[in-house]
Amino acid sequence: MNRFDYTRPASVAEAVQAGTGEQVRYLAGGTNLIDLMKENVDQPTTVIDINRLPLNAIEELDGGGLRLGALVPNSDTAWDARVEQRYPLLSSAILAGASPQLRNAATNGGNLNQRTRCYYFYDVATPCNKRKPGSGCGAIGGVNRIHAILGASDQCIATHPSDMCVALAVLDAIVQVTGPEGDRAIPIADYHRLPGDEPWRDNTLRPGELVTGIDLPAEDFTKNYTYLKLRDRLSYAFALVSIAVAMRIEGSTIAEARVALGGVAHKPWRSTEAEKLLKGQQPSPQTFSAFADALLAGAVGQCKNDFKIPLARKGIVRALKQAAEATPQSQTDKRIA
Amino acid sequence: MATAAKIGIGSAINRVDGVEKVTGSARYAGEHPVENLLYGYIVEAAIAKGRVLSVDEDAARAVPGVVEVITHLNRPHVAWTDHSYQDEMKIPGSPFRPLYDDRIQFSQQPIALVLAETFEAARYAASLIEIAYETEAHNTDFDVALDEKYVPKKKRSGYVPPKDRGDAAQAFADAPLKVAGDYRLAPEHHNPMEMFGSTVEWHGDGSITVWDKTQGSQGVHAYLASVFGFSKKKLRVLNPYVGGAFGSGLRPQHQVFLAVLAAKMLERSVRVTMTRQQMFSHAYRPQAVQSIALGADRTGKLTAIRNAATTSTSRYEDNMENVVTWGLMNYDCPNADAEYTVAQIDTPTSADMRAPGAATGMTLFEIAIDEMAYAAKVDPLEFRLINYSPIDAMNGTPYTSKALREAFREGAEAFKWSERSAEPRSMREGSELIGWGCATGMWDAQFSKTSASAKLTANGHLEVACATSDIGTGSYTVMTLVAADTLGLPPEQITAKLGDSDLPTAPVEGGSWGAASSGAAVQLACQAVGKKLLKAAGKIAGEPLGGAKIEDVLFEDGCIVLKDTPTVRVPFGDAMRAADLTEIEEEATAAPGFGDMWKGLHKSKNTHSAIFAEVRVDEELGVVRVTRIVDAVAAGRIINPKTARSQILGGVVMGIGMALHEETFSDHRLGRWMNHNFGEYHVPVHADIHDIQVIFVDEPDPEVTPLGVKGLGEIGIVGTAAAIANAIYHATGKRVRSLPITIDKILE
Amino acid sequence: MSIAVNSATYAAMPIGRVPTKLTINGETRTRAIEPWTTLLDLLREGEDLIGTKKGCDHGQCGACTVLVDGRRINSCLKLAVTLDGADITTIEGLGQPGKLHPLQSAFCDHDAFQCGYCTPGQICSAQGLINEGKARTREEVRELMSGNLCRCGAYTNIIDAVLDVIGEQV
Repeated sequence: MNRFDYTRPASVAEAVQAGTGEQVRYLAGGTNLIDLMKENVDQPTTVIDINRLPLNAIEELDGGGLRLGALVPNSDTAWDARVEQRYPLLSSAILAGASPQLRNAATNGGNLNQRTRCYYFYDVATPCNKRKPGSGCGAIGGVNRIHAILGASDQCIATHPSDMCVALAVLDAIVQVTGPEGDRAIPIADYHRLPGDEPWRDNTLRPGELVTGIDLPAEDFTKNYTYLKLRDRLSYAFALVSIAVAMRIEGSTIAEARVALGGVAHKPWRSTEAEKLLKGQQPSPQTFSAFADALLAGAVGQCKNDFKIPLARKGIVRALKQAAEATPQSQTDKRIA
Repeated sequence: MATAAKIGIGSAINRVDGVEKVTGSARYAGEHPVENLLYGYIVEAAIAKGRVLSVDEDAARAVPGVVEVITHLNRPHVAWTDHSYQDEMKIPGSPFRPLYDDRIQFSQQPIALVLAETFEAARYAASLIEIAYETEAHNTDFDVALDEKYVPKKKRSGYVPPKDRGDAAQAFADAPLKVAGDYRLAPEHHNPMEMFGSTVEWHGDGSITVWDKTQGSQGVHAYLASVFGFSKKKLRVLNPYVGGAFGSGLRPQHQVFLAVLAAKMLERSVRVTMTRQQMFSHAYRPQAVQSIALGADRTGKLTAIRNAATTSTSRYEDNMENVVTWGLMNYDCPNADAEYTVAQIDTPTSADMRAPGAATGMTLFEIAIDEMAYAAKVDPLEFRLINYSPIDAMNGTPYTSKALREAFREGAEAFKWSERSAEPRSMREGSELIGWGCATGMWDAQFSKTSASAKLTANGHLEVACATSDIGTGSYTVMTLVAADTLGLPPEQITAKLGDSDLPTAPVEGGSWGAASSGAAVQLACQAVGKKLLKAAGKIAGEPLGGAKIEDVLFEDGCIVLKDTPTVRVPFGDAMRAADLTEIEEEATAAPGFGDMWKGLHKSKNTHSAIFAEVRVDEELGVVRVTRIVDAVAAGRIINPKTARSQILGGVVMGIGMALHEETFSDHRLGRWMNHNFGEYHVPVHADIHDIQVIFVDEPDPEVTPLGVKGLGEIGIVGTAAAIANAIYHATGKRVRSLPITIDKILE
Repeated sequence: MSIAVNSATYAAMPIGRVPTKLTINGETRTRAIEPWTTLLDLLREGEDLIGTKKGCDHGQCGACTVLVDGRRINSCLKLAVTLDGADITTIEGLGQPGKLHPLQSAFCDHDAFQCGYCTPGQICSAQGLINEGKARTREEVRELMSGNLCRCGAYTNIIDAVLDVIGEQV
């Protein structure tokens, strides 16, 4: 870990003022940033400790939504009674991720901004365009079992590792940020980005911007939902593929269904276009399969991760079934509902 | 006269070192407080093969607190011959010599050590070192290396060449039922929870004390004396607590070399601890491919076994394991042949990892056996009984004992195997297919020359000591129980000391020989103390024991008791006072004698196990849950049922990892392990582990070792992954011949 | 829980040691800490509280678990300076030889460890789990203890030990 200046601003305004500059990092829970610094993947010259800023509350929004403070720990968010009752999908997704200790330290803002878990990104002895632009992508043609099948580029095939963000994508969350140029609200779909020619950019934050909160619009996905995470062991592992589903069923037809995938792309993968295939349909394996094919359109394997395509296809169908039947996946009972 | 129930061999007691471990007061190698300590941080090679052209250390040296950067260019003199570096568990070849010259033999090879006043300064400075390399072509792809597999000329100590019998090729050709295929095991890393570390205390008088993470303090002692030219008396190596090792600590690892090198060069105390990533820079279980061909008649009687395996080794040493012998020993079959070869890749030398050879070779063989049972349409358990060999079928020798049949019976009963439905995919509950599988496990019952001392003081306290190690195996508790048993003292009055090169000689702890060997030595030492006590009692006025001989008395509740007249009891203290003794100290050595060696030639000594596994596999998604394991173990006499059970649980859990999770991935272009961390090298977590039932089958065996103990460290893992693989087949109808069975292999 | 920090104080010392007040196992200590020191390294190397173990240094094993204000976290991923004012409990603060915490006794009785290296983290994690109050069944305890690896494979005994203590508290 390199040497850095450490400051602890007393207000958001002060933090943002200090937050500009190439190698300046906001430090919240630290569960990703400190790790990256130990591996010399990230070498900030200034670390701004934002843990004391007043962004640690979950508040009601006008119109029935909730605002999750950027500094509320993941576990407090998952176990907040309002979140559990109104956004059980989000609780479930958070509890599917990491470990209790990590969820206690990791914050909501940090979860959004966590970086990929690609082997090459983390190992400074190897090439990685995300870490060292122009050095090449080690994972292409290398060890890529955990890598992207959708939206990758010839520069980078990393995935976004979050579970929480997959649920946020489905819930149409809005990321509240502040920065040198003032406040902005970024729809979650526009927050994370695909690697393209600039794989080092994980999201659309501008220099110096700070996430202050995440708004959850008022939605009623409390019955027909699920978060299904498929991984290499039954807990404490990143997703090979995860599927978040929120559905509204009226009578016997699907009035609305939203689906996002984790573990398959540089951002939570969602297609509102494909979701139209579900709208107005009866829940059935055929409908779900057709949707899975549409959502996975253009999926390509990198050899060692080819299996993710059929795994995702089957997982989507299963998750839709879980949601339609109101039998959401338990994160404790590892039998798949 | 009412006495408390005697605590001794066979008593289930709590681990005697438990309180230190649960309170955090047990100090491991990198935790011993030493004044004025320097911290060493290892810099590793980024390439797999080539040379170091230059090392730019300027930026590193400029970091405040940095004291030195040691590379091959400025290191002090060290020994150069291969012979000097050969350790107790040496492997034929040319051992790795850290910082010796500019040559790079594997990725992550240590090439520099940064020393600083703080850990943080050393870590930061290490990141600033720039190294220029000249690269050479390398190969880490085992499948490519197989083209050049070979039989090493010089065999590793302990290697057992397979013995062929009959005409296996012809018998296989003629067999009405055949199974043949290649079975594979991925490379695995031991990954004990404690990372390799060493604390070296520089005393200033030319002597040093080294706390090292090792399975053998005396092995490291001899290595350091040889490499650095220390006089043996100026050097002491301690390992009172070892945070797991599983074989990775059988040979000295390079951090101890580096720490001592730095201490000697700088004349200061030094600590070097590896990072988790650096835990992938040395020992690993070799990658393996095993070509197995089995022939049977239509009743399910084996007629042919052909077993050929290759395992990976480095370019510089020929690591060999006993992979192919197990199947030939275990099954009654008139025709069998086997061959074993190694193949070189540009990695560190592969190493012994829990049940080396057997965990690979018996496990993969037991998957093939299961296939043969299905081919013959015979229940897999019945198939094993049809082909049961009461004798060692490869060597034609009887076993000192083999209660495998009883293990199968008791295990099957506990598991309710009889309720199994024979057809694959015939058991299900909801969305899950249920599968039941079984397998046989096998390991050696070994015994090595070991010394121990026993010291009884007049206040009734007994200290037993031996330079063995306790790597979580329960050695402290075993020594305590054997001493309690021999001298009739309660465990609270006994202290066991180990993990110190100054103590009576013991081999490195491994191979499951620890309890049998150190236990026997402690018993002999305690018996010698008992004889002295009896002699001392003879000085008591009036001779209450009436000149009794050692065979006429027993030791109970701190007293010498006449067997025939148990009311006649002489407290140890009375006897010692009468003889004017403040303490009695004896040392003894347990060694395989001439008689034992003769027996060794004519009898086989092995542990066996019968493992039953239940898996539940999601039919669509291929998610596997191991919901039930029963492991019935025949391992002779059990010293402490409580810690013994834990040994088996641990082996089974590692077997579950072998079956489903563990695999180190190499990028062959870079010649580098890529998932070198606990996030991506998956070992089982709590959620993966459900019910495990351990059964110890009654197997009295006075011949196998002096205490009748066979050892338990390895047997729990052998065959476990096969039972799971076989259960997955039974559940899904899909046969996977390569471990680990990850979700992609089930979905395929 | 938030503590008012005078930003000017810290602005005045952009680099170097940061005065930090930590209550560790009931004893308040003020230390001048380099900002790049993790809580784990501070405990082990600075305070000689070696019961907190380093098993990976990356939040991937749980051996370094301690309780900060009663919540379990991985001390390897926390810079010590960020915890100014916090109350920290390590394994040494839970119980000592002769005065064992119920979890420590239960771990001994169930032989819930072998090498002992992951044990302090398992026990601190179990205490954190009890504080959270979310786990009652064996399945729940298993899932919510999954942040603590045990390479010796004592898992079933650990869960037995934790359930014993939870059962007593119910």
